[in-house]
Amino acid sequence: MFNSKIVIVSIITVLLLPTVLYAQSAEQKGLEIAIAADDYDKGFIDFTANMLMILRNKNGDTSTRVIRIKTLEVEGDGDKNLSIFDQPADVKGTALLTYSHGLEPDDQWLYLPALKKVKRINSRNKSGPFMGSTFAFEDLGSQEVEKYSYRFLREEACGDWQCYVIERFPEYKYSGYTKQVAWVDKEAYRLVKVDFYDRKRALLKTLSASDFKQYLGHYWRPGKMEMANHLTGKGTTLEWTDYQFQTGISDRDFRSQSLKRAK
Amino acid sequence: MKQVLIPALLIAWPVLVGAQDFSGNFAAEAISFPNPARFPNQLSDDLSLSFQPRLVGDWNDGDDNWSIELFMRAGSKDENRNHNDIRELLWLHLSGDNEWRVGINTMFWGVTETRHLVDVINQIDLVEGIDGEDKLGQQMIHLKHYQDWGVLDFLVLPGFRERNFPGENGRPRFPLVVDDSQTIYASADGKDHVDYSFRFSQTYDELDIGLSFFKGTNRQPELIPGLGATGQPVLIPLYLQMTQYSIDAQLTTEEWLWKLEMIYRDTKARSYLAFTGGFEYTFYNIFDSDINLGSLVEYSYDSREAPLRDIFDRDLFIGARLAFNDAQSSELLAGYVVDTEKGSRTFRLEASRRFGNSWKGTLEMQLFPYIADDDLLIVFEDDDYLLLELARYF
Repeated sequence: MFNSKIVIVSIITVLLLPTVLYAQSAEQKGLEIAIAADDYDKGFIDFTANMLMILRNKNGDTSTRVIRIKTLEVEGDGDKNLSIFDQPADVKGTALLTYSHGLEPDDQWLYLPALKKVKRINSRNKSGPFMGSTFAFEDLGSQEVEKYSYRFLREEACGDWQCYVIERFPEYKYSGYTKQVAWVDKEAYRLVKVDFYDRKRALLKTLSASDFKQYLGHYWRPGKMEMANHLTGKGTTLEWTDYQFQTGISDRDFRSQSLKRAK
Repeated sequence: MKQVLIPALLIAWPVLVGAQDFSGNFAAEAISFPNPARFPNQLSDDLSLSFQPRLVGDWNDGDDNWSIELFMRAGSKDENRNHNDIRELLWLHLSGDNEWRVGINTMFWGVTETRHLVDVINQIDLVEGIDGEDKLGQQMIHLKHYQDWGVLDFLVLPGFRERNFPGENGRPRFPLVVDDSQTIYASADGKDHVDYSFRFSQTYDELDIGLSFFKGTNRQPELIPGLGATGQPVLIPLYLQMTQYSIDAQLTTEEWLWKLEMIYRDTKARSYLAFTGGFEYTFYNIFDSDINLGSLVEYSYDSREAPLRDIFDRDLFIGARLAFNDAQSSELLAGYVVDTEKGSRTFRLEASRRFGNSWKGTLEMQLFPYIADDDLLIVFEDDDYLLLELARYF
């Protein structure tokens, strides 16, 4: 009556199925969450904001930077970003322009006000510290879906919210990380926390974001971000203020040659 | 006129309506020359102060902007270093794909480290530094026009700025002092000759390229021997007219910068070709630190006959740049220039770091370890110096 072969195959299939399904779904589910988060944030067009950066060393000494940020959404490519430095005073007027290109190298230009010179710079410095802070350039760069591969780990509470916990593995070259573990809330895909693992796979840094506010009735942005380096004891706080969306800035404000008049 | 204008502007500042931003720096600079001077009365050390304020504002929702930037130095033993300049006194008007700039401005074109062949709009502020990176404000009407296929710059430059030179106490200087009261112009219009310039520039993926044309008074004077007011031998600046075609290009990959500046300059007296080209390769996060190390190599060439050439005529520059990426933005750039024909070697080091939130210290060292007897630089042989600057930014 029973074909023993079929039974054996069925048993093997039944035994294997959960593992195969689980493996697929963990990676697929991770990717799906990343895509959903990316979709949620699409259509913001542009935003400007002020960023106060407070650097702390392990003795508690602080130094501050004041940077104005302008970001333009680019369909089908990474965003264009302009960072204008107000403090420290010796770099006032310095402007950094970035055209992000996902997995391809970014284009970057720097305006140096002391020399009145616009300089095209190498964009390889992904893992280097941004302005001496615990944020690396890659932590502040445009976050495209294709920059990582993903794996869903679990769901758990994160403060008042329920979060997806997913692993992200950098697919772009020259990352300083082997892995990131990200906590993303289930309701509006707010990035609440990220653990960064260095090239030796040790926990290097933790980013915590808080004071989220909603703009245009849709887009969420944190008012505060804290990046702690567990190896050096250094920390950096970012305080974001004056977020404005759909301000009407255009490609014209993101030209390398107009960096000199950026303000 | 400038002697009146600067105090007038200083007094007028508080009432300048719409002044939105005031910034700049005060700095104290100390220089020491360890070797005895070659010429009489030359200083062996110096201490001076500088002030560089900048004031900007805008109206019409930012479509119209004004900016003023002044530079003043005082206290130097070399009288010629004690000077004032208007680096910027500019009205900027934005209208669609056009940017109009009218007034006095300072600008920079080019990519190489060793010398700045393409950068001929502004006169060099030579008493501020021998590297040509300090410049005097230039009167101009400048239209920048953006197209998808490139950026066009049109410049009309009325009025000429003479190069300043170290005085009798100045160091380094030539054996004879430059007497600019006897300045000669090849053009009958003298310093009122109206120069003009045109530039096309564009980014093609990894390549940034600029093609420029300049017609007008050569910023670099010929220095001809003559007699001063009391009959002493002096050098008299002679400014020729020139036509210059130039190209500057940089190829930027993740680790490499490939740079080239090339000019063809025609001064009627002679025409010649010159270029500087080379690369910068960066090693990132050396020894697992945050430090990046750049290695620079540039070669400079000048097609003129031997005695008429620039100092950088067959010269190789080999240098290193350290970017510490620390909270103090510490940086260091050092390198040798070797004359591949004569064997002369010069060494230069520039380093800087921030102290606290608003102080910055700069160190500059220039050495002449070996200068061949037949090299123009022989007169600077004893002028090794160490310079320290401490600046307070606001």
